[in-house]
Amino acid sequence: MSEDTAAVAAHEQQRAPVGKDNGRGISGLLASPAGRNTGLVVALVLLCLGGVVTAGDRFADVDNLLTILRLAAVIGVVSVGMTFVITGGGIDLSVGAIVALSSVWATTLATQGIANDTHWIVIVFTALLVGGACGLVNGALIAYGRVVAFIATLASLAAARGLAEIISNRKTQIVNVPGFAAFFDASVLGVPVLVVIFAAVAVAGWVLLNRTTFGRRTFAVGGNPEAARLAGIDVRRHTVMLYTLLGLCCGLAAVMLVARTTTGSATHGGLYELDAIAAVVIGGTLLSGGRGTIAGTVFGVLIFTTLSNVFTLNNLSISAQAVAKGAIIVVAVLLQQRLARRSGA
Amino acid sequence: MAHKRTTLLVAALTLGAALTACTGNTPQNQGGGNQGGVKVANDEPGKKVVIGFSAPAADHGWMAAITNAAKAEAGKYSDVELRVVEGTNDVNLQISQVETFINDKVDAIVLLPFDGAALTPVALKAMKAGITVINVDREFDSPFAARSTVLGDNHGMGVSAGNYVCERLKGKTDAVVAEIAGIDSLPLTQDRSRGFAEALASCGLKVSNRVAAEFTVESGEKAAANLLQAARRIDAIWNHDDDQGVGVTAAIKNSGRNEFFMVGGAGSANVMREIKADNGPHKATVIYPSTQGADGIRLARLVVQGKSLGDLVEVEVPRQVELYAPVVTKDNVDRYLPTAFES
Repeated sequence: MSEDTAAVAAHEQQRAPVGKDNGRGISGLLASPAGRNTGLVVALVLLCLGGVVTAGDRFADVDNLLTILRLAAVIGVVSVGMTFVITGGGIDLSVGAIVALSSVWATTLATQGIANDTHWIVIVFTALLVGGACGLVNGALIAYGRVVAFIATLASLAAARGLAEIISNRKTQIVNVPGFAAFFDASVLGVPVLVVIFAAVAVAGWVLLNRTTFGRRTFAVGGNPEAARLAGIDVRRHTVMLYTLLGLCCGLAAVMLVARTTTGSATHGGLYELDAIAAVVIGGTLLSGGRGTIAGTVFGVLIFTTLSNVFTLNNLSISAQAVAKGAIIVVAVLLQQRLARRSGA
Repeated sequence: MAHKRTTLLVAALTLGAALTACTGNTPQNQGGGNQGGVKVANDEPGKKVVIGFSAPAADHGWMAAITNAAKAEAGKYSDVELRVVEGTNDVNLQISQVETFINDKVDAIVLLPFDGAALTPVALKAMKAGITVINVDREFDSPFAARSTVLGDNHGMGVSAGNYVCERLKGKTDAVVAEIAGIDSLPLTQDRSRGFAEALASCGLKVSNRVAAEFTVESGEKAAANLLQAARRIDAIWNHDDDQGVGVTAAIKNSGRNEFFMVGGAGSANVMREIKADNGPHKATVIYPSTQGADGIRLARLVVQGKSLGDLVEVEVPRQVELYAPVVTKDNVDRYLPTAFES
């Protein structure tokens, strides 16, 4: 990737050489944009086959499918937001803590009191507001304060969870707002509302990343910030917007988690940062920025949750599952490095 | 003589059978079935019971022991099929594990929730699906979410520890008693401290120095080091948790202090071995049973097979079983060592 091309062109150029590898065997196929997703689909299908072979009807069952999707929904929404930040050349370690803080703030006695007097939607708005505000602070620290993203969000991780503990006094806050749980527990045409929300967020994320100026700018900023700046993009403002978007996703994930557990707690969202980053990375988004795929992220989330489900169904040990997860991440990253070297050449 | 006794016995049995036949409202049992309270030997194999088991991540000795003890217990019964899922501190994942059990239509679920309140909705769902839910250690916030609950006695732990300290410090009214608590904001820690203070008050003592750790070895070492700095003379220390106690013991050894005795909490095997050998600061520990999960497995099996709890007259398994918190000393340590957990 040359230094002085305009940002958007830089992005196009980065994508272009990937296609040239077509026909160079499996790695060439995997290197094409469609091929990358094919690899993920194959991995997911293999996992499902494994599930069917080992657990049979227990795996291939509508209820089990919905169980997988419900589990994927919360972390999936966070991962979609994370795809934007990583594509834009950043990283956010504070997502789990933001989910916790949003869940706590949205379920305090005060919030619930207002919600009871007005409408349960107050809980949703509170969580989104808190999540968005956290993202805004992260973005501002990184873009205008010039703090490295890793450090800035590490600080937020500690601070947000600490604040959540202070607000909740480390107690679990139970939600007693009529209508709230009922709305999120319901199903639309047999599909749980939580899963519908995840699907909507994924589709909206795909459109935003691939079909809008905002998405183009995200690729540009992540691929080469200096080139993007020269091309007239306000890189700092765009960075703030990316982190705010992720914050909003965390707020939404918090609402979904509150609905699923009927509680807000400072312990919610433990290690979500790692789950989300892992899903994004095996999906094919480059950790160094400039290339990202929402479809890949969704597959990444589904691969991990399906893996977890297959292991659960087969009564397999804690340790074996952790090893399998680690192996999948390593394979995905090794593959990605090869691709990066080719496209960089 | 022997003949006479046999005759009496037969007579009594006949009378009893006749009475039951005349006055009993329930139809006669056909040897088993789901009528509850069938007085057969409980350990005899009955109908097959599939039990799902889920607990938080085994990140300290006590929690690891919970799952291990449950597995070992299930292994003793040929009619129990135990499905253990990955221990997790992520409530979202734990909920989906319970959902999988519901999909699988298991007969019973033994659940030690990471957070009782957060797992209540899915436990209610399981109960509605006709699955016997046994709640262990951390309570749900709805009485309808479990058929039975097995609990340790946190308040009782404090009382037992306090009474033991009182007994050993008899007559020493100016004694300095220190307390190393666990995570301070947890209700279980508050219950333990309350019980300890109440028991001490009954013999005119009070807690002079109190610090809190976080159930980990590292936090125990830090808290104890601070405590030893703060108090120049100590007569007794109660430490809430034997896992963090490993760190507490290390700090005491480093300080070279030995003017006090120490009482542990939860009841780990290494503390019990220390008590038995009498070669460290621990002279006693109070038990918070790590076999609660194993008891949950047994209760689940009894409920599903329609059996009663042996030695109770009641025909149904009780709603709640609260376990006792005994004091383990050199005199009785051999009784408790076999069921103690390795930290």
